[in-house]
Amino acid sequence: MIGFLKEIYYVSWADLRFMRHNFVELLSSSIMGPLLYLLAFGFGLGAGMTQEGVPYIAFIIPGIAALTSLSASFSSTAARLNVQRLYYRSFDEMMMCPLSPSAIVFGKSMLGVVRGMISSSIIFAIGLVLTPELSITPLYVIVILISCFTFSFLGVAAALLAKSHASMATFSSLIVLPMTFLCGTFFSLSNLPSAVQTVLYALPLTHSSITLRAASLGWDFPWISLAALMAFAIAFFLINRHLIRTKKV
Amino acid sequence: MSEIIIVEGVVKKYGDRAAVNGLDLRVNEGEIFGFLGPNGAGKTTTVRVISTLTDYSEGSVSVGGHDILKDPKEAKKLMGVIQQHISLDTDLTVRENMMHHAMMHKIPKSERMRRINELADYVGLDEYMDKMINTLSGGWKKRAATVCSLLHKPKVLFLDEPTVGLDVQARRLLWDIIRKLNDNGTTIFLTSHYIEEVEALCDRVGIINDGKLIALGTPSELCNKLGSTAVEYYGADNKTEYKYFTSREEANEFASSLGDVKTVIIRNTNLEDCFVELTGKSVSGP
Ligand SMILES: Nc1ncnc2c1ncn2[C@@H]1O[C@H](COP(=O)(O)OP(=O)(O)OP(=O)(O)O)[C@@H](O)[C@H]1O
Ligand SMILES: [Mg+2]
Repeated sequence: MIGFLKEIYYVSWADLRFMRHNFVELLSSSIMGPLLYLLAFGFGLGAGMTQEGVPYIAFIIPGIAALTSLSASFSSTAARLNVQRLYYRSFDEMMMCPLSPSAIVFGKSMLGVVRGMISSSIIFAIGLVLTPELSITPLYVIVILISCFTFSFLGVAAALLAKSHASMATFSSLIVLPMTFLCGTFFSLSNLPSAVQTVLYALPLTHSSITLRAASLGWDFPWISLAALMAFAIAFFLINRHLIRTKKV
Repeated sequence: MSEIIIVEGVVKKYGDRAAVNGLDLRVNEGEIFGFLGPNGAGKTTTVRVISTLTDYSEGSVSVGGHDILKDPKEAKKLMGVIQQHISLDTDLTVRENMMHHAMMHKIPKSERMRRINELADYVGLDEYMDKMINTLSGGWKKRAATVCSLLHKPKVLFLDEPTVGLDVQARRLLWDIIRKLNDNGTTIFLTSHYIEEVEALCDRVGIINDGKLIALGTPSELCNKLGSTAVEYYGADNKTEYKYFTSREEANEFASSLGDVKTVIIRNTNLEDCFVELTGKSVSGP
């Protein structure tokens, strides 16, 4: 176990150094989008509105935290691994080291998890200042962590499967961007036709925003959504491990 | 002498095309093995298969007695690779790249800095250690990559066209590194397009063409198969022709029978002759 954790640390070390070299750029780029959503939807459109019985600002802060965990974790992990694999080829060097495939998956997702946690925490901290309805709970912390891992694993998968930089960009705009807007981040899913709801419940971000909202607003906790989110995390993890183990990369 | 690399019937396909097509190859422990072949013959693919970087559809590979599929961790500990393309993390410094390699190869903390400094000093990188990789010229990147591949003291070192793009000093340094490592017992697997490099360094040579091994032996064995003496003449149709003979006498006889040609050279057959005869293509530069 100690050996495994050490391997994760060794794998992630270079990415965390990279983050140290570029901390301000990386942080501002992953926080900019969420802040704009907060301004445009929270203050602009949503001023004075309520959703599911709470002020709109309290409703969307957990949603924006969820989408931040998606955008920051996914894109930092995917972008970096993509260049390391296809352009620097330094990922080859890692594959030649005596490391377990699981440690490589966890290690390569660490940059995304750290960036996702920092960025979503900033958004949530702003929320705590803005509205008394929100509170930080242990369950919230657990869910946001799982959420960051889920989307970081998804980033690893996208980078491992990408044939080029262009295919990464396509994945981002066809899968990640629609999720950002639709998965219960800015509005309650109950406003939508049931067929659309069914589709959205098949996406991980929906469960992330539902659980984060319930955990931070003190609503009945939807354990089934947490289970669904974890199932996504495990599935993405296993896909990555398989790709690395069989060297289909 | 034991065999440290055993490749049996390996097939590696990209789509429908086999880049390596039923390759059998054995490399002895402690030798310098040269691997020659025209562009696209499958040299890099072979190195990638053996060094566990890519999957393959048929056959088996073992390194130091460890099957690379069943026991990849043990096999990986024995191997180091200097790849054809520089494979460093461009966003980090030279030292950070080396440190990362040392960690991933699980070199004990107390050893890491010592080995890094020792090797960096040897290749003359000391003053570049805190520079970002992307500020280095190609040759210096190659030196940094070389250090990274040597940190864990591999028993088998693969070098895929290591001297392409290096200046004379760097090339001589690399040859010295290869010889020194080999003196200390490291097995070397070298691919190259520079035949004189292979001739100068290698104990045995394998020639690959279209994914298949077409010749194997010491440089002199290969030359003798072709005929030890070569006659090179610039013929009437403005093309240089080559003919090979088992003795000087036969060669002389042939040369004097040529009559009206501009230039005739009688010399010993070299590895380049073997290469061209066997692969039917002339060797091009990088
Ligand atoms: N990733 C890949 N996808 C598809 N085809 C590939 C890939 N890598 C190599 N090939 C093909 O496999 C064949 C062998 O390539 P390889 O790189 O092993 O040749 P090589 O002998 O190293 O050549 P060179 O001397 O140019 O380095 C070539 O036909 C090449 O086009
Ligand atoms: Mg090659």
